[in-house]
Amino acid sequence: MMSAHPLIRLLDRGSTLFLVLLGAFAIAIPVLNLLMPAGSALHVSTYFVALFGKYVCYGLLALSIDLIWGYVGILSLGHGAFFALGGYAMGMYLMRQIGDRGVYANPILPDFMVFLNWSELPIFWYGFNNFAYAMLMVLLVPGLLAFVFGWFAFRSRVTGVYLSIITQAMTYALLLGFFRNNFGFGGNNGLTDFKDILGFNVQADGTRNALLVISCLMLALCFLVCRAIVTSKFGKVLIGIRDAESRTRFLGYRVEAYKLFVFTVSACMAGIAGALYVPQVGIINPGEFAPANSIEAVIWVAVGGRGTLTGAVLGAFVVNYAKTFFTSGFLAPYWLFMLGGLFIGTTLFMPRGIIGTYNNWRANQADKKDAARDNAKNDAFPSAPPHAAE
Amino acid sequence: MMDKQTTSALLYLDGVSVSFDGFKALNELSFIVEPGEMRAIIGPNGAGKTTMMDVITGKTRPDEGDVYFQEGQFDLTKLDETEIATLGIGRKFQKPTVFEMHTVEDNLQLSLKNDRSVRATLFWQSSAEQEKRIDDVLDIVRLKHLRQRVAGSLSHGQKQWLEIAMLLAQDPKLLLVDEPVAGMTDVETMQTAELLREINKTKTVVVVEHDMAFVRELGVKVTCLHEGSVLAEGTIDDVSTNDRVVEVYLGR
Repeated sequence: MMSAHPLIRLLDRGSTLFLVLLGAFAIAIPVLNLLMPAGSALHVSTYFVALFGKYVCYGLLALSIDLIWGYVGILSLGHGAFFALGGYAMGMYLMRQIGDRGVYANPILPDFMVFLNWSELPIFWYGFNNFAYAMLMVLLVPGLLAFVFGWFAFRSRVTGVYLSIITQAMTYALLLGFFRNNFGFGGNNGLTDFKDILGFNVQADGTRNALLVISCLMLALCFLVCRAIVTSKFGKVLIGIRDAESRTRFLGYRVEAYKLFVFTVSACMAGIAGALYVPQVGIINPGEFAPANSIEAVIWVAVGGRGTLTGAVLGAFVVNYAKTFFTSGFLAPYWLFMLGGLFIGTTLFMPRGIIGTYNNWRANQADKKDAARDNAKNDAFPSAPPHAAE
Repeated sequence: MMDKQTTSALLYLDGVSVSFDGFKALNELSFIVEPGEMRAIIGPNGAGKTTMMDVITGKTRPDEGDVYFQEGQFDLTKLDETEIATLGIGRKFQKPTVFEMHTVEDNLQLSLKNDRSVRATLFWQSSAEQEKRIDDVLDIVRLKHLRQRVAGSLSHGQKQWLEIAMLLAQDPKLLLVDEPVAGMTDVETMQTAELLREINKTKTVVVVEHDMAFVRELGVKVTCLHEGSVLAEGTIDDVSTNDRVVEVYLGR
């Protein structure tokens, strides 16, 4: 209900449980990695720390997609682009941190520029040696692209499948651009061989655990921002736009402004996810712009439960864990079939996803309980003598 | 071309034409609605009733003609849906369109006349005054007992009333009501006529309707449209005995 206290609105049961689990995860993994001896059964290897860190970033990407798809009905099939742009901004910072430790030992130019015989740093690389500036760009570049893209698309009332298609085109165009060497982002090799982040070795166990914890914190923060948005009156307008756009418009709401705001916020979140992802996997290359990546992220949301926020994160974890599990064994060649099957299966048998189906089931149980109680009450206290009913 | 400030009408349409791929949905349509009036618009399918609504609310731009609101102060052909809604024109769709996922209360909360900007809704808090206005509107449409119900679970007739309530919550100067009694029982139809008459005490209303019994019950001036222009205008008895109207409705 709208009139409830803001904090209660923000933290319903599911959200609280989600944050508690996320907190427990953020504490348990580093403890089990750093404090447990390597031989112990409880020890979590550094490989898994990095893997889980990656999942958390995927979870944040899924969350950002759910905010616009689940609540406004904007199906972006290009959100991977914002993720990758955030990643590139972080990658540029990490490249500048290498300094003269690169193969060519140039104190200013990253290796690939030396290799291309470039003599000076392109202007758009300026400032990326400064962490704060780079972090600003992590938000600003995806945010600005989303703002400009959304401004044109929403003002022209591009919706539904047409919008999905142009988001695909957007990420594909960026993919082609970033593949080019003269674009200035390392061409098809992308950015890699990172050494330090804020003076800490990116490969060190401590740094990896710290990145995992920071990723969890950012996920929690963004989750709270999403909750604040969707539980406000603004969020009710968003759902109104999703279900009856023209009704919202004829009530006097400027639909394009609402869409633009939430699309931009969502792109910034995807950018943050990408920025946290890059130091944990150690590379960013144009492959991250691949249209299939964006579609896969939408599948995570669908599997977990569209329009539930927690479901998006859960979906990202479940699908990616399954991917890790199945692509390492003899099932590896069939992974893509399984992913496709998962999407078709979810659409056919669980259209509301894991969390959505669970919520439905619980609502049904509650209804049954209510009905049973009402019946009991009616039996105990007949409201009118039986013959009066006629 | 009309100069501003030369009409006393709340709604003024003059020579409005709209064509879709050569089909003239509106053909030099002209009529005016005075402040405080209730007007019923009738006409066979394809007469241009809904297109007329689209033109007034800014959904469709006319190819030709003038559309002015509030004594000629506002040229509606130059404004979009949002601006026109903000000026005080509320529209009920042919098919009842409410926010099915929201409760009746939230539907009205979203409709109440308030700042519609992104910032205002993000940091918005309900107030006792707002709650009271919701109560008042629910009283008028007799849906008070359903305040906490999800709109999607309402019956068809209740959705129609909820949509009218949403219009009222907007506190518009002019209500455009498209087929309010389609799919309603006879009792509901009569209740709706009563409801609209009640609303008309304070607001100007334009009703598009097929149901002649309902139009008769309203007892207001009737405009009959045919092929995008006005065929006849007058009381329901005048219009229903008009030879051309009979011809159009019954075929020649």
